[in-house]
Amino acid sequence: MAWFQRKKAPVSAVENKKTQMPEGVWTKCKNCQEIIYAKEIARNLNVCPKCDYHFRISARERIKLILDEDSFVEMDAKIRSVDFLEFKDSKKYKDRIRDAVKKAGDGDAVICGSGTIESLPVIVGVFDFSFMGGSMGSVVGEKLTRAIEKGIEVKAPVLIFSSSGGARMQESILSLMQMAKTSAALAKLKAAGIPFISVLTDPTTGGVTASFAMLGDINMAEPRALIGFAGPRVIEQTIRQTLPDGFQRSEFLLEHGMVDMIVPRNEMKQRLSQILHIFTKS
Amino acid sequence: MSNYLEFEKPLAELEAKIGELRDFSTDNVDFSSDIKKLEKKSEKLRKEIFSNLSRWQRTQLARHADRPYVLDYIDLIFTDWFEVHGDRNYRDDPALVCGFARFEGQPCCVIGHQKGRNTKEKVYRNFGMPNPEGYRKALRVMQMAEQFGLPIFTFVDTPGAFPGIGAEERGQAEAIARNLREMATLKVPVIVTIAGEGGSGGALAIAVGNRVLMMEYSVYAVISPEGCAAILWNDGAKGPQAAEALKLTSRDVDSLGCVIDDVVPEPLGGAHGDHKTAANTLKEYLKRHLDELSQLSAEELVEQRYQRFRNMTQVEE
Repeated sequence: MAWFQRKKAPVSAVENKKTQMPEGVWTKCKNCQEIIYAKEIARNLNVCPKCDYHFRISARERIKLILDEDSFVEMDAKIRSVDFLEFKDSKKYKDRIRDAVKKAGDGDAVICGSGTIESLPVIVGVFDFSFMGGSMGSVVGEKLTRAIEKGIEVKAPVLIFSSSGGARMQESILSLMQMAKTSAALAKLKAAGIPFISVLTDPTTGGVTASFAMLGDINMAEPRALIGFAGPRVIEQTIRQTLPDGFQRSEFLLEHGMVDMIVPRNEMKQRLSQILHIFTKS
Repeated sequence: MSNYLEFEKPLAELEAKIGELRDFSTDNVDFSSDIKKLEKKSEKLRKEIFSNLSRWQRTQLARHADRPYVLDYIDLIFTDWFEVHGDRNYRDDPALVCGFARFEGQPCCVIGHQKGRNTKEKVYRNFGMPNPEGYRKALRVMQMAEQFGLPIFTFVDTPGAFPGIGAEERGQAEAIARNLREMATLKVPVIVTIAGEGGSGGALAIAVGNRVLMMEYSVYAVISPEGCAAILWNDGAKGPQAAEALKLTSRDVDSLGCVIDDVVPEPLGGAHGDHKTAANTLKEYLKRHLDELSQLSAEELVEQRYQRFRNMTQVEE
């Protein structure tokens, strides 16, 4: 049979590789503008070897980086967003969801599940910025709330890795309500005496920052991540001034007392383990 | 009434005419039949205009410069009001007023966003956009209400939390987030009224209640129509389209079935034309909801509030 008539799909080595790294052999670092061999960046946990700039990574990559090998068990993977407002801008929300699912291969902007960090059981929620800007609608709010409730049920610390533009406009008021829902669940977690660690990664803004992401017993940030309530553009337009250098970056938040520590990606797992072991009785 | 929206102008003209006729009336000249005719016409026109409002027009009504603000409602609904100031950390925020009063004789706590009517007041109140210290003051006062076992009434009317350099430096996000978490644990009844603009996190930060009511011509959304338009179409002027998409009116929000408990009817033509009637109607609603909540124990109040927000979900599984 001629190859072009072959019915079986050809074996593809890259099919499931969902790194967010730009394609091509060489990559230009967004921070230092240095042209770097892409594989070298990937080997370095997607951190620029020249300037330590932390590239955004997918939720699946993050999970691989933080949890013990093969310990992750996903929860609520099948929940899907619904276009109950029939929201339409340049595209229907219904189509936006469909396209995002296709592109990301995941149900929505957060992946939740249980796993272990150096053998300590944890519940994690990890955002994927590539899914509609990591925006929080009903699904994200519901998955996170269930994850927090799971933490209470099994008495395991809860970790959320945020990367989100904020509440999802396409679900309007119900997106806003997810802020109250997740925060209320954290009140219960707090009352149960279970630790919550919030890890803020680039970028975390809007309704996500203004709810669970700022409520960690420990708020941890990756270096140079954009973290804030209002987006820089909105602030600039409101006050009609250019913003100071480094405004709303992790280092700015540390200086102003909003995060406890800045932890580089290659030290993240070890640091999380250290903290969790202090906070949990074994 | 001194401020008219574009779609209110035909009404304003008619009313001006009626006023003129009244002024011309003397003992010898009687215009009463003409006045009556015009009044009837005006009434009919008002009904016509207000039964066909677009979502954008309703948004404009929610922002109407003559609309009753929290201090007006306090004046019309509560007695013995005194305001308290400051977050005990940084400063007092005039965009969010907090204090104590009596409702139907019963001591209570009142909190709300306050806008200004003239330029000077507007600047002083920062257009009803609180800074972090405003939210921290509100939390301090709500926890004080809890300490003394007083029910809390909040009135929401803000375009949103203030987006500024200082606000970010002092942790706008943290202040809002903390309010959301702590309001969920309050052991006293919390009744929220969306009075005008319910703008995003800045509104929600005082709106985690056992009951949430919306005034008929108020709006409540995750982002302002202008902000939404700026993001989606890169054009803030497309607010009217964004308002349609956001489905932000009291009717829209009510139709979701889980976000608000009641739409409080306003007098024909909107609350701005008749503060007193609007306040009286609202008072009846507040009274009924407070009576119902007074039957619940502290634990039941916390659980009811939790479940209320817990159930706000629309997903497919």
